[in-house]
Amino acid sequence: MAQVIAVPKETAAEERRVATVPEVVEKLIKLGFSVVVQSGAGEAANFSDDAYRAAGAEIADNAAKLWSTSDIIFKVRGPSAEEVGLMREGGTLVSFIWPAQNPELLKQLAAKKATVLAMDSVPRVSRAQKLDALSSMANIAGYRAVIEAAHQFGRFFTGQITAAGKVPPAKVFVIGAGVAGLAAIGTASGLGAIVRANDTRPEVADQVKSMGGEFVMVEYEEEGTGVGGYAKVMSEGFLKAQAEVFAKQARDVDIIITTALIPGKPAPKLITAEMVKSMRAGSVIVDLAAEQGGNCELTVPHQVTVKHGVTLIGYTDLPSRLARQSSTLYANNLLRLTEELCKTKDGAINVNMEDEVIRGTTVAKEGNVTWPPPAPKLSAAPPAARAKPAAAPPAAKGHGHGGAGAPMSVRATAIFLLGGALLFWFIGAYAPPAFLAHFTVFVLACFVGYMVIWNVTPALHTPLMSVTNAISSIIAVGALVQVAPPISETAGRPEAWILGLALLSIALVAINMFGGFAVTRRMLGMFRK
Amino acid sequence: MSATLVTVSYVGATILFILSLGGLSHPETSRRGNTYGIIGMVIAVLATVFGPRVTTEGYPWIILAMLVGATIGLYAARIVKMTQMPELVALMHSLVGLAAVLIGFTNYIDPAAAGALEGAEKTIHELEIYIGVLIGAVTFSGSVIAFGKLSAKISGKPVLLPARHWLNLAGLLVVIWFGWQFINTHSVSEGMLPLIVMTVVALAFGVHMVMAIGGADMPVVVSMLNSYSGWAAAATGFMLSNDLLIVTGALVGSSGAILSYIMCRAMNRHFVAVIAGGFGTGGSAQTAAGQQQAGEVSPILAPETAELLREAKNVIIVPGYGMAVAQAQHTVYEITQHLREMGINVRFGIHPVAGRMPGHMNVLLAEAKVPYDIVFEMDELNEDFPNTDVAIVIGANDIVNPAAQEDPTSPIAGMPVLEVWKAKTSIVMKRSMASGYAGVDNPLFYKENNRMLFGDAKKTLEEVMVALMA
Repeated sequence: MAQVIAVPKETAAEERRVATVPEVVEKLIKLGFSVVVQSGAGEAANFSDDAYRAAGAEIADNAAKLWSTSDIIFKVRGPSAEEVGLMREGGTLVSFIWPAQNPELLKQLAAKKATVLAMDSVPRVSRAQKLDALSSMANIAGYRAVIEAAHQFGRFFTGQITAAGKVPPAKVFVIGAGVAGLAAIGTASGLGAIVRANDTRPEVADQVKSMGGEFVMVEYEEEGTGVGGYAKVMSEGFLKAQAEVFAKQARDVDIIITTALIPGKPAPKLITAEMVKSMRAGSVIVDLAAEQGGNCELTVPHQVTVKHGVTLIGYTDLPSRLARQSSTLYANNLLRLTEELCKTKDGAINVNMEDEVIRGTTVAKEGNVTWPPPAPKLSAAPPAARAKPAAAPPAAKGHGHGGAGAPMSVRATAIFLLGGALLFWFIGAYAPPAFLAHFTVFVLACFVGYMVIWNVTPALHTPLMSVTNAISSIIAVGALVQVAPPISETAGRPEAWILGLALLSIALVAINMFGGFAVTRRMLGMFRK
Repeated sequence: MSATLVTVSYVGATILFILSLGGLSHPETSRRGNTYGIIGMVIAVLATVFGPRVTTEGYPWIILAMLVGATIGLYAARIVKMTQMPELVALMHSLVGLAAVLIGFTNYIDPAAAGALEGAEKTIHELEIYIGVLIGAVTFSGSVIAFGKLSAKISGKPVLLPARHWLNLAGLLVVIWFGWQFINTHSVSEGMLPLIVMTVVALAFGVHMVMAIGGADMPVVVSMLNSYSGWAAAATGFMLSNDLLIVTGALVGSSGAILSYIMCRAMNRHFVAVIAGGFGTGGSAQTAAGQQQAGEVSPILAPETAELLREAKNVIIVPGYGMAVAQAQHTVYEITQHLREMGINVRFGIHPVAGRMPGHMNVLLAEAKVPYDIVFEMDELNEDFPNTDVAIVIGANDIVNPAAQEDPTSPIAGMPVLEVWKAKTSIVMKRSMASGYAGVDNPLFYKENNRMLFGDAKKTLEEVMVALMA
């Protein structure tokens, strides 16, 4: 019996997202589930009921019935008290829960004997990246933060020199280089701004650079990486050094985007009222941590305010402001989770508590609160260990003339030259002149070969081998001169033997000669643009 | 034709041979290069035949022998499959080796050849015969064994005799001792015994040397034998005082030597270590125990693969020996064509030692008409993997093994590899979970973003093709 996945319309104010999209509906049905979507659920995210219907979902008008009859509920925001009341006893709920902030909600759900998977509690291990909804939402928030800032900011982001005068580029400072921070860096630099970023975790400097930003260091010895790759609370000395850096940046930049969060703690206050005052009029601060109290002292959550001439954006629904995109990504995260829960693809989920990822995500199982989960295994190795593998591949390798790898050590070169000199002296001292002439030719030919072969493109190594093989049948010349040399009969010359062996050699070599050239020709004919 | 005319013809042939090798620097000039080689060979043979050293009595014989050889050679060249190129090349090397042996013997028993040589000149001449036969014999038996291994008539596993290095050393001493005997003899019949003993020892050495080398090292062996066949020709040239042979032999010899060097570098192995043999035996047992892979592989089916491909923007295909075995290159190209029509950027990444001889994969792809400008060397596209959506590994294992970079205790540590695991998704096509020729477990299979597509490469790819068309 296929389980029913229900997607109700979000009831929270200003929530435009929806927990599944038509594209994902198809895939859920392929996994064996049947899907019911509440009428109008996707409207704010531009997904019509018809689109869901076309994808194979059933459309239900009545929210109460939807809640009470389905096995699994997919939601974005945690359910309200009424919604929990509607829920079927022993049902399964997948949504954001924030169990640390909402212990009451968790209790209510437990009372319903519900199994609850919290998308905010997905463990940060690499295997779970595909269902990490926090990252996908943070990515959107980072992007949207820049767009909102651009909307409030009175100038271009990119520097231009126009007939009407020179426009300096906007300077953007991003605090916190997590997923949201990096997305903001990428978006802002994409718009042409000069982007700087700071993070307490020094190992993210490379990531900042890769997104087009410049990493601003706080010169203070302390390691800021906590468990699971999140930031941790820093010492006082560090905070002082950090504040100095931020104050300096505040005086210089036009836009500050703060994304600093520490899991389970109020957001650190990083931008003081003083710093806001020091900013130029018309500057913008986007505080992505507004919901957790804000990184800036003056931020008003959910609102845009202007203080000391600086626009402070405290929106807490940035992902929802890009509803279609965030719904799609969230729906995909849920799909991946469903795949993990339903490995048999038979339309029934199995909440396997042995699985590290599922264990971490599940905050209540059949009425028993299972949150918090046991501490996750450390996923990100400390940076010292991480740096090593990168150093393993050998340095740049030359190709082409004389690309014979690293130069030999002095000692090896000396031994080599000495050996060569001895050999040459030996040959020079004892060999007859006729031999020396051949020897000269031989040595020079080796060098010619060396120079020529290094130019051969690796793609043609097989033809090279077959052509050199064909050319080495020049040894036939040796046999040819033995067949019938112009000499008078010499007593005791084993004519028959010589003729037989020479002819055999010629035949063997001819196989090589003709075959080698023919096969090379055949091969080379295939190489085409 | 006068002797001087023959000499200039030889010079001309030499120049043509050098141009021939030079032409191979680019696919566009390569065909002309091959033609230069053919012209050079025709000039050299005709000049020799019509020169003063061959009388008219010999013509019918020569034509007969040439015809026999040419028929066999052209026939073989026509029927050989591109996947069998390594075998064919190995077999051809053996012919050059055998010819060198025969010519050496013939030269020795011909009293007219040594003629009036006296003293040091005679010694050097005999030494040249001795060395020519020695190299020829090693080339011959080594190539025959290589042929057997490449065509799977002999097991690819290295065969290691106890105390094999001592055996080789003993062989070398025997060869030197009989060499001393040989140059101190006064008549042909006296010298025959040392020469034959040495030939037998050299043959045995060739067999032993190649038997001890594992399948993964075959590209090195094939190019090394290529080099030997060149040195055999050069040694014959010294013996006959023929500069053309010396020059050509040296060209071929250094070509093979450089190829061997390139192959060794591609595997991060020392040439001596490859020749000493035994790669891929000792390591496997230790690694299996030492780094037992925790984790499971995620299998994938053909339709899902097709879907991944359809959604990708950048695709890199990494072919290996498995593609050659399954003859899958044509299907690979059909898929490539289809994806390219859909606007997907498909490229091929070739590891220098992919396959069983240098450049093996390039030839197979060329046979399937894959344009060579989407076929790249490892160094050219290794940095592009992070921007690649799907990397497909077809029947390759060791050349995409992340252990080479991540695990310093791995037997293949430090070997440059194609970093497919950096792609967003990598798909490994394999028949089973068996390890590669190096016998090293591959952590790639257990990576989070890796999928395993099990089955025969050709059949599976055809399924992918069908799913793509649907």
